[in-house]
Amino acid sequence: MSKNPIIEVKNLVKHYQDIKAVDGISFTVFEGEIFGLLGPNGAGKTTTLEIIESLREKTSGEVIVAGYQLESHADEIKQQIGVQLQAANYYPALTLNELLDMFAGLYNVVIDNHDILSRVGLETRGKAKYKELSGGQKQRFSIATTLINQPKIVFLDEPTTGLDPQARRNLWELIKDIRQKGTTVVITTHYMDEAEILCDRVAIVEKGKVIAIDSPLALIDKLIASGFDRKKPVKQANLEDVFLSLTGYEWRDE
Amino acid sequence: MSNKKKYSQIVAMLAIAKASFRAMIRNPSAVIFSLAFPLIFIFVFGFIKSNRINMEVGIVPGSDTTGAVYSLFKSTPNIERVMNLSDQEMQDRLDKGRIDAIVMFEKSMTDSGVAERVTLTTSKAAGEKGLFVSSILTNIIDKQNIQHYKAMASGLSTHDVQMATVNLPSAEFREMQSSGREYQMIDFILPGQLGFSILSAGVFGTAFVFFSLRQTLVLKRFFATPIKRPYIIMGETLSRLVFQLIGSLFIIIVGHFVFGFTLVKGWMTVLEMLVLSAFGLVIFMGIGFVISGIAKSENVIPPIANIFTMPQFLLSGTFFPVDSFPTWIRVLSKMLPLTYLNDALRKVAFEGVGFMGISTELLILAGFGVLIYAAAVKFFRWE
Repeated sequence: MSKNPIIEVKNLVKHYQDIKAVDGISFTVFEGEIFGLLGPNGAGKTTTLEIIESLREKTSGEVIVAGYQLESHADEIKQQIGVQLQAANYYPALTLNELLDMFAGLYNVVIDNHDILSRVGLETRGKAKYKELSGGQKQRFSIATTLINQPKIVFLDEPTTGLDPQARRNLWELIKDIRQKGTTVVITTHYMDEAEILCDRVAIVEKGKVIAIDSPLALIDKLIASGFDRKKPVKQANLEDVFLSLTGYEWRDE
Repeated sequence: MSNKKKYSQIVAMLAIAKASFRAMIRNPSAVIFSLAFPLIFIFVFGFIKSNRINMEVGIVPGSDTTGAVYSLFKSTPNIERVMNLSDQEMQDRLDKGRIDAIVMFEKSMTDSGVAERVTLTTSKAAGEKGLFVSSILTNIIDKQNIQHYKAMASGLSTHDVQMATVNLPSAEFREMQSSGREYQMIDFILPGQLGFSILSAGVFGTAFVFFSLRQTLVLKRFFATPIKRPYIIMGETLSRLVFQLIGSLFIIIVGHFVFGFTLVKGWMTVLEMLVLSAFGLVIFMGIGFVISGIAKSENVIPPIANIFTMPQFLLSGTFFPVDSFPTWIRVLSKMLPLTYLNDALRKVAFEGVGFMGISTELLILAGFGVLIYAAAVKFFRWE
């Protein structure tokens, strides 16, 4: 399988006054993969993402998205990407159908609302107001808005933060489905189990720098090869498995 | 992207306008400020008018009640006479605003014979009503004088010369008379309410909407789409404009058909008032942009917005004519943009002057607009 780079980030730097939020990050995302940006809070994940989405100016460095240079072709890039922001909201009193109409207009496309909503499992909620949705539904709707312009890449910034285990698993299926249909996914998360299950490759960011980049399995193998030994023997199941087997895997509307 | 149509900012802007309009009609506070408040005031004042304003007038003891002026005054429907009070009591009541005027009727001798002399005393406490009494009296006296001079010219001898001493000079009241139409309460109240509704919708609505769009990252989500920033503002402005103009139109129509609000040139006047409303709204939205930028939290928006709107509510001729204020307050009034919008609306509606006749007001408003938007450019924040 030939790997075509779809995002190339070279030596990206972002300074806020004297704080180096991003301090020379480089990585490449290949077409059709789920790429994870991992790191503690304040490591520079969101800043990096927002620069690629052309929501923020960079201090220096080079970014190429879907073949377009960031500085000269921000508008073309915006038409090729779908963006889900951490904690973003919408007009709360509008229904999902009305919000989708708005986004269709914003992207100058004609869409079938029902089609988009059924991709995220909200096909019965088109007439519901955004404020009436549960946390998990809001996240799913937020992802639905990223699919409107049939983007080549979607960016998901901590999409599962604050969700219960059922909703989280449900979202994983959705993200896998998006990739299955040929869209590249770039995701940030704090949950390592999530990254391990979802991501083909991850970059670990710390203090504005990439300190490791590879597939989750390769990174784990490397750690074990270096002589790492887990203190507690691993059992066949963990507490989350217990929780899910007791409360069911079915995703529920709160 | 040769197979794709060129991206249209207008289509994107209209999408925002439509969504924002839908959000607005579902927002109770927008509806209350733009429509319910002005309508409530118009209904309250409208019904005061339909029950007529009653004025209580003290008649000085010992007044001559045989003259023609007195009998005409007596038969004026909304005058209630208070008799049999001592001078002292009457003055006391006048000072407290419990009666609106004191009138003395006398016979006096002049070179040309016997004249009636009418002396009116009113007080600040009586406010508008004092003006009305004065206007009623002047009216009666003028008519009597005209009759008298006609009679003299035709050689008949009468002794009906009346002289009036009116103690309350009032330029505004004379203006009202000279326009020749009946100036009703609604003609004063409605343009003021319209002006204030435009001010509060522009300031509060814009400040809240842009603050919350920024705070809840809706604006940021818009930035991730190809729309350009000025078109986001235009979309929001367009929806507010449409919403407010529908509200204004509704207020004017209710005012006209329920309370007989004067529209000198009919629909043309309505159109002129709507154009003025739009002009005023865009200017006042600038204040909203400034506030959305300087407010640190949603809770401080109302107090900051009130600093701008309350003085105009009280001093810009929304409820009380600016001319009824003491000079030093009038100076303040002249520093507030709503004063000019209210004046312009009244002139267009009642005097039917058209835009040339309000060019001074329009220029001053435009001047305020330049200042306000200069501040908006400085203080408005996108993130």
